[in-house]
Parts: sequence; structure tokens; C-alpha cells
Amino acid sequence: MLRLTWLIPALPLLGFVLLALFGKRLGNPFAGWVGTFFATGSFVAAVLVFAGLYQAGGERNFEQHLFTWLPAGDFSVDIGFLVDPLSATMILFVTGIAALIHLYSIGYMHHDENFPKFFAYLNLFVFSMLMLVLGNNLLLTFLGWEGVGACSYFLISFWFQKEANASAGKKAFITNRVGDWGFMVAIFVVFLKFGSLNYSVILPAAGGLARTTATFIAVMLFVGACGKSAQIPLYIWLPDAMAGPTPVSALIHAATMVTAGVYLMVRCNAFIAASAEWVSWLIAAVGCLTAFVAAMVGTSQYDIKKVLAYSTVSQLGYMFLAVGSGAYVAAIFHMITHAFFKACLFLGSGSVIHGMGDEQDMRFMGRLQRFLPITSATFIVAWLAIAGVPPFSGFWSKDEILEFAYLKSPILGFLGLVTALITAYYMTRQVTMVFWAPARWGEHAVREEVALAPAAVVAAGEGEEADAEAAAAAEVPAGEVVTLVNGLPVEGHEAVVDPHFHPHESGPEMTIPLIVLAVLAVFGGFLNLPFTHGTEFLASWLEPAVRLGYPGGLEPEGPSPLLKVLFAAMSTLVAAAGIAYARSVFKDGDRAKAARFEPALLQDAWRYDRAVTAFMGGPGRRIFDGLAWFDRTVVDGAVNGTGVLIRSVGRGARRIQSGYVRSYALGVAVGAVVVVVLMAVRVLSF
Amino acid sequence: MSSLAAVLAQAAPGLTAGPAAAAPTPTITVPDIEWTALLPILVLGLGAVLLLTLTSLARGTVTRSGYAIYTVLVATGAMATAAPLWGRVHAWDHLGKWELSPPYGPFSAVAGAIGVDGFSVFITLLIGVAVILGALLADDYLRREGIDGPEYYVLLLLSATGGVIMAMANDLIVLFLGLETLSIAVYVLAAIHLKRVQSQEAGLKYFVLGGFSSAFFLYGVAMVYGATGSTNLVQIKDLLAVKVPTHNALLLIGLGLMLVGLGFKVAAVPFHSWSPDVYDGAPSPVAAFMASGVKAAGFAGLTRAFLLGFGQFASDWQPVLYFLAAASMLVGAIVGITQTNVKRALAYSSINHAGFMLMALQAASPKGVTGLLFYLATYTFMTVGSFGIATLAGRTGDGHHDLADYRGFSRTNPALAGLFVLFLLGQSGFPLTSGFVAKFGSIAAAVDAGSWHLAVIGMVSAAISAFIYLRIIVAMYMAESDTEAAEKAPKAARIKVPFGAGLALVACALATIGFGILPNGLNRVAGEAEPVLVKEPVPAAASGADGAGLTGLDLTTIPTTPTTR
Repeated sequence: MLRLTWLIPALPLLGFVLLALFGKRLGNPFAGWVGTFFATGSFVAAVLVFAGLYQAGGERNFEQHLFTWLPAGDFSVDIGFLVDPLSATMILFVTGIAALIHLYSIGYMHHDENFPKFFAYLNLFVFSMLMLVLGNNLLLTFLGWEGVGACSYFLISFWFQKEANASAGKKAFITNRVGDWGFMVAIFVVFLKFGSLNYSVILPAAGGLARTTATFIAVMLFVGACGKSAQIPLYIWLPDAMAGPTPVSALIHAATMVTAGVYLMVRCNAFIAASAEWVSWLIAAVGCLTAFVAAMVGTSQYDIKKVLAYSTVSQLGYMFLAVGSGAYVAAIFHMITHAFFKACLFLGSGSVIHGMGDEQDMRFMGRLQRFLPITSATFIVAWLAIAGVPPFSGFWSKDEILEFAYLKSPILGFLGLVTALITAYYMTRQVTMVFWAPARWGEHAVREEVALAPAAVVAAGEGEEADAEAAAAAEVPAGEVVTLVNGLPVEGHEAVVDPHFHPHESGPEMTIPLIVLAVLAVFGGFLNLPFTHGTEFLASWLEPAVRLGYPGGLEPEGPSPLLKVLFAAMSTLVAAAGIAYARSVFKDGDRAKAARFEPALLQDAWRYDRAVTAFMGGPGRRIFDGLAWFDRTVVDGAVNGTGVLIRSVGRGARRIQSGYVRSYALGVAVGAVVVVVLMAVRVLSF
Repeated sequence: MSSLAAVLAQAAPGLTAGPAAAAPTPTITVPDIEWTALLPILVLGLGAVLLLTLTSLARGTVTRSGYAIYTVLVATGAMATAAPLWGRVHAWDHLGKWELSPPYGPFSAVAGAIGVDGFSVFITLLIGVAVILGALLADDYLRREGIDGPEYYVLLLLSATGGVIMAMANDLIVLFLGLETLSIAVYVLAAIHLKRVQSQEAGLKYFVLGGFSSAFFLYGVAMVYGATGSTNLVQIKDLLAVKVPTHNALLLIGLGLMLVGLGFKVAAVPFHSWSPDVYDGAPSPVAAFMASGVKAAGFAGLTRAFLLGFGQFASDWQPVLYFLAAASMLVGAIVGITQTNVKRALAYSSINHAGFMLMALQAASPKGVTGLLFYLATYTFMTVGSFGIATLAGRTGDGHHDLADYRGFSRTNPALAGLFVLFLLGQSGFPLTSGFVAKFGSIAAAVDAGSWHLAVIGMVSAAISAFIYLRIIVAMYMAESDTEAAEKAPKAARIKVPFGAGLALVACALATIGFGILPNGLNRVAGEAEPVLVKEPVPAAASGADGAGLTGLDLTTIPTTPTTR
């Protein structure tokens, strides 16, 4: 069954080609079903390959060489796949979640006029992601890496008519280029040192590298990973990337693509092991700091997707913390559970946005549990998972990371624990504001209406039964005018609900993926239970792939049972505390009270983004203007000068082309003389 | 049978002054004719003659597209007869269900005049493909232009016959025979659009200059004969292996003159001046065939004569090829970018490509031959595709080839524009198209042969020539069809793509992408298509063993054990 490996990326590629060529003819929603079919087919193939690898036993390392694209001296570009426990795990959850999100998108995107194009991009993305994961050499991984980057760019700016979306796409692309530079440099150095890019060659040999070389490679790979996985200082693109359609946020910017950096670090763990000690400290510190900083920002955002975006950055930080602490299994474990619950949260938020008529501001939500029962149930399950409540999946994976971080350094462990507290807090804030707090929907719509004619609300409030019910549910003091300052309701006034507005639950093609993901978010933790070695399924499965990363090839001493119990207790406590506190602050929907907990600094994301923009717009701009001037006058001048020169030479030569046979014959004759002379020179030199 | 000795004695009595050649009585020896080896030539040639006679007997009863279908069938037949030769050369036991029997290996036939090896079979197949594509493109074109009739197809098949003869020639006279058969048919093809004055002019120009260059070639052959006493490449090679001429000026100048004649056919600078005028004036499908089939035949002639016959003089002719390659690549690219006519631009691009192929050839190595064959094969599809688009875009009268005529082409004909982009990107050597792999192979061969400078010139010229293609793409996609140009252009917005031309274009597109992504298969076949010079086989009875009796004077080893496949 391992022979089927090539099918896994081939199916989405075929889907992309079909959709790109005939998408418009297939139309809406058939194009969506075609896309879903190929993604599902890829998942089935992945399951078969996984089963094949499982049965194979032994080292579980299978390489499928498809063809050599270009043999160039010692260097050849091979198209081949590597199936080992690590990539097999990755393809399973990538294709599985991708299939679910394709299905979801059929419902979510059904109004969109570019419906077939969306699915073509999604299929292309899945193909690229699978090439990234399955490639048996760094170059193929890099091709996939660039492919997912390009798809991400297309999909962020999918609604490119809006200026903000287009610029968010550009921002993601440019920020990623910074990281790609690091990755490319790493590839060059690896090739220089080994003369090959194949994992089967370079990884076992990494231990023999000079320490400085290994350090350089590891740091450069880490720079690449930082760009793709949105770590400090390159995280700014990810929150903006939420401009894309929500399924894209769920698939690309939460579950799969952004974890590529983590995958790369785990795949190349041999280089980290061979490098200087400080590299792992750097990785752990950057991860830990990112987790904390992003979680803090998450406490004060209003946009339902922005909260989840910062949460994603924060959770990715956890994964890097795990990598830095040498806990590669924990990193992959958290990657998987995070993919489940974060995809569920994003899709849930999409369902909310869909049900609320494209409202994304949490301040204008509330009471939605009643109207979106399935969405809210699944969202709540995922919330418990991410908040770290036992026995949901997030609890197990996060705990494992925290224990290893503690072993690396108690400070890291402590900071991780604090971040866990904040995570529970901001997620509870979100759930409360969206599902439980008093309803405030439609304020955007109502506030102008109310300002113009206060009676309108009263009149409408006495409307049909449905309206009355909605109004009653929201406990609206009918007709009260809302005073707005800067677009926000101020203290002392109750919210107003637009009585014409009814949030609605989404259709089955959207709720089924939610349910599946919620179930996975509950039980995902059972992949790797810390009770005995026998229950650590993932750890024993991944062992061959991560062995090279352990110093001396030996698995380091894990956390002791006492530490495990201690951390389990502490993180449960911390989660409970965060939940309870956030609930007490946000449950009555008092904006004035809540605002005290949402400082402007955090709303502005530490002003980091703004500082970057200011720098780029100010001194940076001047530097770039200078560079641009240099480029325009000196570089372009040289290039254009050459161009002008060549063209004028061409024009001159063109004049020789007179059209007269006699002059052509003369040309041939002169050429013949030249050739004969060249030959004769050889004779004379004898 | 002592035919070899007899032929030797006839051809060069002074040379074979051994005791073996002393005895035979003066009788005319008729050489053994190995008909299977001649089948591709016979099928094409007889196919042409048959078409001519049959249509003159039964005028007006031919169904629509009948000529084109007939031509495609004949070319397919010729390719089918070439396939067993490939199997025999590579010592396959069987081809499909069909048992192949010994003798295996490359061989020569008809008193050593014809050489059958992987190379000649490869070129034969390539010319067959060019004929098929040329017929498919021409079918609707000829009807559209009101010049439908069997003539085009007869001439196409005849010129292909000449091309295949060139590909198999083991004798300079046979090479010349093939060259003239090919050329004379193509002269007429260039002038076949009777209603277009440019077409007449193109035919005349090509004829006058072609005759001029053929004279150079023939004079060169005469000088080579004077120096070596033979026109047979096998014998020349034999002779030069044992005798080193002290005065080789005659031989080298002869070689130089031959190079002029063949360089003219492949449109190498400085013998290129005819090609922009002729490509522009000739009907577009003819230009497609000239850039693919004729070029392949020309390179086949160059390879056989220079690499095989005078391989040991490589150090003498390499500098000249070096010069021709560099000049072709640079002039093709630089003058190409100033062209405002798409067909002329394609002609210069074709000169540039000829330079790349010459670069592969001047490496004078097996890798160079592989690169050349790969280049020829992929270029055939790209250039036929490009001229195929021009055929359609030229519209009735075949006159709309200005860059301005292509403005807004992407909006009126998105599918054609997309295909054209593919062919142009392929020609520019864009990765993941076959053109990239082809250029790569050619440059790699040059680097391996130590011609660093030439490789650099090649890369620079590729960069410059990209502008030729980008200009066309920009015209199709970006240039707004501003009011003035839009009003001037006729409002025949959508071009209906006829079935034959569509089929040809799709095949070209598939080949361009396919060989770009999966170049290995073609590369392997091109690698197996090695040119070999072999003496006429000593009959099995005399040698006592099948196949093993071959005495090869090959560049590489001949497989003597059968390989299964």
C-alpha cells in the first residue's frame, strides 16, 4: 500500500487542474463537490499509506523515487517521497482536516461568485502542503513551502476588491519572504557541505558537522520556520491574514500551513542536536515569548477571528517552546490537537459570522447559544480543549510541553503556565461574549436608525411573534436610545437589538465538519496519554523520526511521575482560575466594566505592528527610497543601458536585412570566406 | 560475396592497393539491397508519387480533408516501418508481439550508402511527426486560402523523403541527393500561396540562395573526394584511421564549404539572411515545417558528415561550429527583439535556437548528440505550435502577423493566447517546459566539452531572446487594444479553431509541458539514439555467426547481446 504514496499529492493536483480548466463550467456547488472529492480521495490514500507503514514495522522508512527531473553533474533534482512516521502523521491530519474544510466551504462560500476558483486554490494548497510534508529532500520541501505561501497569498487576498485584503495578502507574502531567505541560505549551506539535499543522506550525517556549521544551518532553518509559523519578530502577518475567507483561516492559518515551520524544525532536528547549546535556548525563548505576548494581545481583541489568530500565534509559540526543549513528540502532539480544536474554533467562528450576516465584532454578538445550537456546542468543546480542561485534548498536549519546558528551565515552565492562564482567560472571554452575554446584535445597523427615529424600534418591537421572542430573549428595553462614543455604546445605557435580525444555524455541510472536529478535539489527547509508556502511542510511533534529534541518540530523561502529577494539578487549577475570572468579568455584558480589562496597548497589539509600520513609513522608507533611487538610476540604468545598446545594435543589424537577394548572396559568400579562412588557419598552424 | 572489396576497388582504386583487391574481373556489381532499411524512404516517396498520380486520375472525388488524412497515414506508415529498425538497432528480441530476429545492432545497407542507427531512426520519426503536424495545420489553412489541392501534401511528403535520406546518408553523394530532394520540394512549398506576392518572393529567394549554397556544398564534397578518394563516410573514416594526410588543406577547405551548405539549411549565422524573409513570406504551415522538419534534416546531415565521417578532425571543425553557434545565438536574439512582425520574430528565434543546437553539436560528444536530439525533438513541438497559432491568427490572406494585430488577443481568443504563451515560454526556456530542459542539456554538453565561453554566450542570448517572446505575450495580454489600433484591426474577433489545427496545437502543448516535467523518457531515448558508422555487414554465411560478424567503426560500443524489454 506504500506504493500509493504518489497518489496522495497527485489527487489534489488533478483536482486543481480540473477545477482550473473546467471550474466555471462545473459551477456552484458542483465545483465544490469535485474539490471535496479529491481532497477526500487524498485522505483515503493517506490512510492506506499509513496502514501500510504501520504494517511494515522495523525502521518504518519508505522512499518512493518518482523521477529525476534534472541531473546536473553531482547535483540532481529528484522528485521523490519519504514516508516515515513523521510524514505519515502529518499527511493524515493534513488531508483529513483539508477534506472536512473543503466540505465546510461548500456551504460557507455558496454565495461567492468566484466559487470554483476558491476550490481550485484550496486543492492547489493541499497539493503544495503534501509536497512540503512528503518531499524526500529539502528542495522539494522548499517547493512545497513556496507553494503554500503562494496559495496563502492568493487566498488571503481572495476578496481582493477590498483594499485591506489585498494589502494583507501582500504583507503575508513579504514577511514570509524574509523567512524564506533563511530557509534558502540553509539549503545552500547544506548542499555545500553534503553535496546532497536528500533527508536520508543529510540527516544521519548532520552529527558529523562542525559545530559552527550546524549552528548556522539550524539558525537559518529557524529563521525560515519563524516566517512561516509566525513567531516573533515575524508574526505580524498572521493576524492580518484573517482577511481571507474563514475556511482559509482554519485550514491554512491555523491547522496546516503555519505548522510547516514546526514540521521543518522537527524534521531537521538532527541539525539542532548538532549545533551549539544556545540554539535550542533561542528557539525555546522565542517560542515562549511569542506564546505569552500573543496571548496577552488575545485578551483585548474584539474581532472574533483576530482573537483566534493571536491564539494561533500563541499556540505555535508553545510548539516552538517544545522544539527548543527537545520535546519533539510533544511539539507534533500539540500540532495535531491544536489542528483539531483550532480548526473547530475557526470553523465555528465562520459559522457564527455566517449566521450573523457577516458580523465579526464580538461586542455585537451574545446569546447565540440559543440560535446556533450545534455551532455553540462544538465551539464550547473546542474552547474547553484549548483552555486546557481535562480530559480534553489540549490539556494533555499542553501539559507535556510545560513539563519539558520546566526541565529545560523552571522560568520557561512558569511562563508557559502563566500563558496557559491567559489562554483560558481570553478564550472564556470570547465564548462568553459570543454565546452567553446579553445579545447586542445589529447595533451597527440599528444605531443610525435609532438616532434618526427612536420610535422605529418601539414600533418594530411590537411586531410579529418571532420578533417579540427575539427581543424578549435579548431583554431589550424597547426604544431606549443608545449613546455612542466613537461607535461604541457607553456606560449607563443598555444595548439595543435589531429586532429584524435573526441569527441562523448553518446547513449540514458546515455543521458536520464542526461535529467531527469537536469529537476529535475531545479525544485527540488519547493519542499520547502520559500514564505509562504503553499509552504513549505517538511517542513510540514517532521515535524513529525524532531519534536523531536527541543528544547522543538517547532519549533524554522525561519528566518524573511526580512532576507530571504536579503539572496536571497546576494547569487544571490555572485553567479553572482563568475561566472563572473571565466569566465573572464578561458574563453580564457590561462594556464599561469590560473595557477596563482591555487596555489600549493590548488592543493595539503592543503597538508592534504600528511601530513596524511607522518605521517602514519613516526612516525605513527613506532608506528604501535611497535604495530604490540607486536601483533606478544605477542598476536599472545599467540594465536599460544594455537593453538600449542591444536594441540599437539590433536595429543596425536589421538594416543589413535589405530584402535584396543579391545582398543576401553576398552575405552567404562572405560567410563562406570566413568559414574557409577559419579552416585554413588550422592548416597553416600545422 | 566480395561486394565490399569490389565497391572499394571501384570507388578508390588507388587506395586499396592490397593483394585482396587485385584479382576481380571487371564486372558491375549490384549491391545487395536491404529493403527493410529503405522502407521509411520508400513509404514516404511512393506515398507522394501515388498521391500525385491518383489525384490526377480521379480529380474532384477526394473528400474534404482527404489529402491531409492521407498524408498523416503515409507519415504514420513511414514511422511504423522505422520502429522495427529501432528495435533491431537496439537488439530487442521483439517489438510488441512481433519477433525480431538477428542480426542486431546498427548496420549499413545498399553498399554502405545508407546507415541505419539509433540516430537516423530518431530523426526519421521526428520528420514523420513534423509531417503529421504540418499536414494537420495545413488542412484548413489551404481551404481557407482557396489553394486546396494535393500539391502541398505531395511536396511535403517529398521533402520529408529527402530529409529521411539525409538522416540515413552514409555517403556524401547520398547526403547531397537527400538535401536536394528536400530543398527543391521546400522551395516550391514556400511559393505555394499563389495569391500572395510575398509567398512568391519567398520561394524565389529561397530557391536562388538555396541553389547558391548547394553549390558550395557540392564543391566541398568534390574537394573532400579529391583529398580522400571517396565520398563514402565509412571508407573515408577507414582511410583516415590508417593514413594521416600530410596536406590536408584540400580536405579542410572541402569541409568548410560543406559546412556552408548545411549551415544554410539550418539557418545558422552568417548564412541566415534568407530565413526571416522566407519564414515571413511562406505560408505559415510551411514555415512551421521549415523550422521543424527541414531543420532536423539539416542537423542530421551535419551530424553524419562532421561528427561521424570527420570525427577525428573535430579539433579542426569545432572552432568553426563554435563561431557559427555564437553568432547564431547572438544575432538571432539581438535582431529578434527589434522585430515587429511575429513571424519574423519567430524566424530570428529559430536562428537563436539553431545556435543552441550547434552549441550541442560542437561539443562533439555523445552527450552533445543527446542534447541536440532532445533539443530538436522538443523544439519541433514548440515551433510548430507557435507557427500554428500564427497560422490561425493570420486569418484569411495570412497577413495579420504584426504585433499590433495581437493586441487584446487574450480577450478575443483566450485559449489560443494561453497556448501561445505556453509555446513562447517554452522557447524562452522557462522551467517546467521542455525548452528549459533542452537549453539545459545543450549548455551542459558545452560545459562538459570545456566550451565555457560559448555556454555563457548561450545563457546571455537566452536572456536577451526572452524579450522576443515577452513582447508578444505583452502585446496579447497587457497592451490595451486602444481605440486607434482596435479600429484598424478587423473585427473578426473570435477565431474558430479547426479540428486538425486544434489537434496539432493540443499535441504540441502536451509535448511542451510533458517533456518539461518528465524529460527523462525522451532524454533516455535521445541518449540511445547514438549515431554510428558501420561497414556493410559481411553476409552471415561468410562470418559464421549472427550479428557478431559486424566489424564496427563506431563511436561507441554496439550492443551485441540481445536486451529484453
